[in-house]
Amino acid sequence: MSAAKNNGTRGNGRWEVVIGLEVHTQLATQSKIFSGASTAYGAAPNTQACLVDLGYPGVLPVLNEQVVRMATKFGLAVNATVARRSIFARKNYFYPDLPKGYQISQYELPIVEHGELLIEDQSGNDKRIGITRAHLEEDAGKSIHEGLDRSSGIDLNRAGTPLLEIVSEPDLRSAKEAVAYMRKIHSIVRYLDISDGNMQEGSFRCDANVSVRLRGQEELGTRTELKNLNSFRFVEKAINFEIERQIEVLEDGGEVTQETRLYDSDKDETRSMRSKEEANDYRYFPDPDLLPIEIDEAFIDAVRNTLPELPDAKRQRFVSDYGVKAEDAGILTASRSLADYFEASSKFSDVKPQLVANWIIGDLSAALNKAGLDIRESRIAPEQLGGLLNRVVDNTISGKIAKEVFDAMWMGEGSADDIIESRGLKQITDTSAIEVVIDKVIEANPRQVADYKSGKDKLIGYFVGQVMKETMGKANPAVVNEILKQKLSE
Amino acid sequence: MELHAQTLTDLQAGLERGDFSSVEITQALLDRIAKFDTDLNAFITVTSERALAAAKRADEVRSSGDNGVLCGLPIVHKDIFCTRDVTTTCGSRMLENFVSPYDATVVERFADAGAVVLGKTNMDEFAMGSSNETSFFGPVKNPWNLECSPGGSSGGSATAVAARLAPAATGTDTGGSIRQPAALTNTIGIKPTYGRVSRYGMIAFASSLDQAGVITRSAADAALLLGVMAGFDSRDSTSIDHPVPDYVAGLNGSLDGLRVGIVRQHFDEGLDAACADAVRESLGVLEAQGATLSEVDLPNLDYCVPTYYVVAPAECSSNLSRFDGVRFGHRAADPKDLLDLYCRSRGEGFGAEVKRRIMTGTYVLSAGYYDAYYLKAQKVRQLICQDFKRAFADVDVIAGPTTPTPAFKLGDKTDDPITMYLNDIYTIGANLAGLPAMSVPCGIIDGLPIGLHMVGPHWAEETLLCTAHQFARQTDWHMRSPEAYR
Amino acid sequence: MSLDKDQVQHIAMLARLRLADEEFTETVDKLSRIVDFVDQLAALPTDDVMPMAHPLNQAQRLRADAVTEADDRDHIQQNAPSVADGLYLVPKVID
Repeated sequence: MSAAKNNGTRGNGRWEVVIGLEVHTQLATQSKIFSGASTAYGAAPNTQACLVDLGYPGVLPVLNEQVVRMATKFGLAVNATVARRSIFARKNYFYPDLPKGYQISQYELPIVEHGELLIEDQSGNDKRIGITRAHLEEDAGKSIHEGLDRSSGIDLNRAGTPLLEIVSEPDLRSAKEAVAYMRKIHSIVRYLDISDGNMQEGSFRCDANVSVRLRGQEELGTRTELKNLNSFRFVEKAINFEIERQIEVLEDGGEVTQETRLYDSDKDETRSMRSKEEANDYRYFPDPDLLPIEIDEAFIDAVRNTLPELPDAKRQRFVSDYGVKAEDAGILTASRSLADYFEASSKFSDVKPQLVANWIIGDLSAALNKAGLDIRESRIAPEQLGGLLNRVVDNTISGKIAKEVFDAMWMGEGSADDIIESRGLKQITDTSAIEVVIDKVIEANPRQVADYKSGKDKLIGYFVGQVMKETMGKANPAVVNEILKQKLSE
Repeated sequence: MELHAQTLTDLQAGLERGDFSSVEITQALLDRIAKFDTDLNAFITVTSERALAAAKRADEVRSSGDNGVLCGLPIVHKDIFCTRDVTTTCGSRMLENFVSPYDATVVERFADAGAVVLGKTNMDEFAMGSSNETSFFGPVKNPWNLECSPGGSSGGSATAVAARLAPAATGTDTGGSIRQPAALTNTIGIKPTYGRVSRYGMIAFASSLDQAGVITRSAADAALLLGVMAGFDSRDSTSIDHPVPDYVAGLNGSLDGLRVGIVRQHFDEGLDAACADAVRESLGVLEAQGATLSEVDLPNLDYCVPTYYVVAPAECSSNLSRFDGVRFGHRAADPKDLLDLYCRSRGEGFGAEVKRRIMTGTYVLSAGYYDAYYLKAQKVRQLICQDFKRAFADVDVIAGPTTPTPAFKLGDKTDDPITMYLNDIYTIGANLAGLPAMSVPCGIIDGLPIGLHMVGPHWAEETLLCTAHQFARQTDWHMRSPEAYR
Repeated sequence: MSLDKDQVQHIAMLARLRLADEEFTETVDKLSRIVDFVDQLAALPTDDVMPMAHPLNQAQRLRADAVTEADDRDHIQQNAPSVADGLYLVPKVID
């Protein structure tokens, strides 16, 4: 307990943290990995659990083609070896959410091995993280404890949903790096369109293997496995708690026990799951109901041809081709749909792409967040945003008016031009019209004019404000400034 | 000839001529079952009403001319095949009240062909046994001698056919479970190539060894039924898309030039002397029809049984984990917690032999023993396969005894699992290598029948059926029936 | 005896099987005999042999990704010993 509160005060510098992640991502197929039942989320209990998912006597698994395609896609995207031959194995254990008493998984010969990806480390440099393997397996069902007296209820709708388990090398050195890695995997699977990455619904979750060792020591420390971390925030908090806990144990002369621990987000702590530990001898062996998956070059080539541009390449291109700041390019390319939005908006406008980026990262993201919407559900289409920015750079409206137009577009009032027209927001650039207003303002404020002339230069702002007020913001500020200065110095 | 004494092929011809109706056949057989099965115990479930209704429909369809190849012909299913709306027990207390929501592919194919199912036959629990004594529903008696076992695990099917309670029965064979009871009851049994018949809906014992087949009283009937059962099924990943020949048309081939291999090791000690003589005589019958005999070597024959008793239990230990008292099957009363639910439901639901096999399998897969047992057995399995491959370079069929002795007395081998296991020494190799194999009646020793065992290379069912058919034309062993059941 | 009582107890627990006392004693004896029997495999040299998991030298066939199964829960659950609101019930699971 005290460890978490005592964050980082006890000689952390002596310790090196070693983390490896196992990311479980549900593959976005229509049907299950070994049956024709639907994978849709949220159905009434057990209405999407067919005889194969229920492990009925006599039924047999048949592999979904799309699952193999998706795993291959991931393998190619992380520069891994896609196995020409891989096999399914049974992992045997009894648990109510596991209908057959074994999980069909891959053990020896997984479909993907030896991959890698880049994350940004604390100093902003690229760091390579190895991916040991990615293997296919079936998801388990769910146990429901609420509302049932002395029983648990088992819903097997999720049983048999395809999972790709992506196992990293122990290359991560902090909770922040672990999160960066997890975000990267999240971004890649969504780019590839192989997972919806929905963490609330459990489509994307992870276990973390955490250990610490004295700096310079080669041998790894004893690790603990943190189970079922289902948000980026929890990954970071759970790992940080666990690091502190392990360091405290070691500094006090104790030993870390190799065990599985569960993160409790309410208490912000991890605790031992002894019940799961009891004799876990999984007795893996090749599943005799399934034959080896064989993948040929033609299949791999066909999949390679469907690979989209991936986040790293896109980020670089945004910097080099669009001249967007690296940091902003990183934000824009974190999701493929956001990047697509940026490119579409840029196409519809003649403004500097950085301005488009500013609006997307600023006003648009804020509006989306507030409404709880995804970029794909944006109420402003890319051509609308592009059209708006065009009117800013050609001086039809000011930046301030642009925000009003943006809000009106968000409310569904149409294109920027329509709104500017119907609301009469067009900027006044006609000098004679502006001169009339300025003369009126000067006449009405003799004291301020006198003060200005006596050296209070800052009062120029006051006059500009008055003119803008009179013109309801439509006067071109640059023109107003120029004429004002001229008239006041007369 | 009385209806119950006729083969399927005879009945088919009679139905076509209009000599009798399917309802008449069905009723005659149901009457026999009612009369004899109290003693024999070949059936777990008799589906009289459904059978008569199906027979009536078949007769109606037949008169309209639009009928399947087995229209109105009676068969029985081993109670390992899932049948919608009729209990499927697998010979176990675990599934005493289990009603499958679906039909096995084999069941579906027979139904589509118009067959009338009389009931479901007794078997060793989960097909684990060679004597039918492990059934929760009690042992099956051998109609040749009620004190003897009919063999197993398809003992109910073999007894039903031998006692003329049904002309044909389905069975399954993981280590000899069709062929050994066929041999011990004077019936014909065929286990096809692994992947020939769909395993969908056949409750799994050992997935890489299990294969469905039939028990009949003639090779022609076996050919007829295999033609209906065989073929690709997209619901079974291990089902092979290989063309199904016309097995009936293939029966009339000649044995002239057929190369028959005799396994040197088969005639070692362990084989009953009278059995050996009968088998040698049968080989002479083949030779007289133009077959050439030569010796072949299966050097690893002695390792078949130990290999099997690692591989089969390993697979079964995992296959039977689904019986946990949660979604179907026996559930212990008032479980105090989850562990108690599992341990008692399974402890009560499974019989002693099944528990032993599950535990053997659990042991050979467990940490520290996997390499020494399971992996080792998989390697030996490879060697056994290679032995067969080498042998089939020189011969078309390997022939020998199906069992080392005729039927043994009930209770004789229940104390020592190893003696019981060794009863399958000649049949297990075909399962390990996935080869088609067959047993045909070839002699009667002191009133008990024995079988000639034939194994072919993959997909050689046609050769086996033709050889069996031609052999039977020169012998009358298959015509013999136990006196009380003629 | 090649297996002792503790080993058999451990295996029975892994396999989730409760054995009655007399059944347990018999099991220790018979399992030991089976293990002794399969031990003879050790005598066969198999150093360069590829393990064989399957009698067929074939590759896994793939199924098109399509939903083909309709909800049949109420029919299927007629076999279930204990259900409520569509859920299969087990004694409370504590993690």
